[in-house]
Amino acid sequence: MAKPDEIRRIERIACDLRANVVKMIGVGKVGHIGGSCSLGEIAAALYFSKMKFDPKDRTNKDRDRFLLSKGHTVPIQYAALIELGLIPREDIGGLKTLAGKLQGHPDMKTPGMEAVTGSLGQGLSIGVGMALALRCAKSPARVYVVMGDGELAEGQIWEAAMAAARYKLDSLTGIVDRNRFQATGSTKDIFDIPNLEDKWRAFGWNVLNVDGHNVSAVLDALDEASVTKGAPTVIVAETVKGKGISFAENTAAFHNASLTEAQYDQALAEIAQAKRKLQ
Amino acid sequence: MTSPNLRNAYGESLVRLGKKDWRVTALEADLGKSTQSVMFQAEFPERYFQMGIAEQDMMSTAAGMALAGMIPFVHSFAVFATGRAYDQLRNSICVPNLPVRICGSSAGLSDFGDGKTHQSVEDVALMRAVPNMTVVCPADSIEMEKMMACMLDRPGPVYIRVNRNDLPFVTPPDEPYKIGKVTKIREGGDVAVFATGIMVSKALGAAAALEKEGISTRVINVSTIKPLDREAVIRYAAGVDAIVTAEEHSLIGGLGSAVMEALRRVSHAPVEFIGIPDQFGVSAENYDGLMARYGLTAEAVAATARALLKGN
Repeated sequence: MAKPDEIRRIERIACDLRANVVKMIGVGKVGHIGGSCSLGEIAAALYFSKMKFDPKDRTNKDRDRFLLSKGHTVPIQYAALIELGLIPREDIGGLKTLAGKLQGHPDMKTPGMEAVTGSLGQGLSIGVGMALALRCAKSPARVYVVMGDGELAEGQIWEAAMAAARYKLDSLTGIVDRNRFQATGSTKDIFDIPNLEDKWRAFGWNVLNVDGHNVSAVLDALDEASVTKGAPTVIVAETVKGKGISFAENTAAFHNASLTEAQYDQALAEIAQAKRKLQ
Repeated sequence: MTSPNLRNAYGESLVRLGKKDWRVTALEADLGKSTQSVMFQAEFPERYFQMGIAEQDMMSTAAGMALAGMIPFVHSFAVFATGRAYDQLRNSICVPNLPVRICGSSAGLSDFGDGKTHQSVEDVALMRAVPNMTVVCPADSIEMEKMMACMLDRPGPVYIRVNRNDLPFVTPPDEPYKIGKVTKIREGGDVAVFATGIMVSKALGAAAALEKEGISTRVINVSTIKPLDREAVIRYAAGVDAIVTAEEHSLIGGLGSAVMEALRRVSHAPVEFIGIPDQFGVSAENYDGLMARYGLTAEAVAATARALLKGN
């Protein structure tokens, strides 16, 4: 179990990541705000606590890998890579522009990116391939694949789930960002996937369920995943879409939306206030 | 002694690569006997991955392996490797330009019995259109072996179109090979036939028949369809009175299209395509009969050349 000051540090970083997301998307530019913000604590816990990933040695073959299968929420990954110093802070305004460096979905030209994802359903398979290759190379590296809950309708996810169990890939951890909203509505209305934990369990996975905004719980789950042997672990993280921005929370309206100037200011103010409470 | 069977030559070559480089892996979707990747399995069980009948997952898994430093060879029938798993191949592999080798076996009509669902008439068109992809199609097992020897160093993804059957030996055994080479394998001054895969042997058959009629035919083996050596195509298309392209593939988007793309802005003799009309395949009792149904024969190549020379 992580110490309180360590938990507090990660919680503050999560606020910084959300602020970066808001700045990246800016005013009047459409961006995937909701599903980026729901990952604040998870991205912070992985990149700034759990993962063996040295930004100064980012191609080390034994580094842990972070794959964002729900590639449309890449602003949260960029936000982390900015804080790690891999993406220059001044590039933040260049998201989805011809002159900028930050593509709308993960691209290998961006330092720190591990795969091309975004055509939904492919990230877990890529993670399976990495974990198999790393096993061949006798590497201790772990692979983390973050999936969306809407994305789980893709059949390929379940093909990969079977393959990971078939090969007993205990170095692979799946994380489901269960924010319960997808592009056009709630997952319950659009394409409900009931008994999610049972499904993963039936596919041969070790299944954990956590509050995805509770850093302590997220870190504990990641620790448990890394000591579980003989099977991959999936962490079903209960999250809030648009977390930290009151008007964007729990709505599909900010799945991929633009902010007005007033909304932009309010979002940054709310995030700053949340961070102040963590001092 | 090289087997005339392309699948066997492929499987044996893959084993050689596996011995040479520990990064070579093989992925399979329950077609290991058809693709002959079983040879690799016997030799390197720890680097052979049975992925089940799940081609899409297999394709992205190969991407993950390549991202972690391996050189994966993915196996399926050509129609499934390029069609069923197209989006995975496009986004997981070709966008990041990964060194994954995609073995499309039972390509073209070579799986004659299984019919339209298992025969690939459009795989070259699909693979040619996707950026970063290299597309190769060996004319015989000698060329297959030489091609495979290039697979450790070739950057980016490669699609290898593999016929299921025995093919006559047509390429010179001692000639050096490199990916991207377009090779003249028969001299001639009246007609130029650009052919790929099994159609190279049919083109040579046509050339022999035409020679008896006093028509001299140049035969060019285009075993690398993409990137196409445009300079070579222009050079070999020059100075003849008729140009024929011949492929075991749809008339849309394959070798014929590639040759015509190469000849744009260049004056050239009249061109005709030999290939499969815009339709799916069909089951047949044997390969030769099926090839004949679609006019993929030496006789058809010769007849087309004659017609072009007569201005028809």
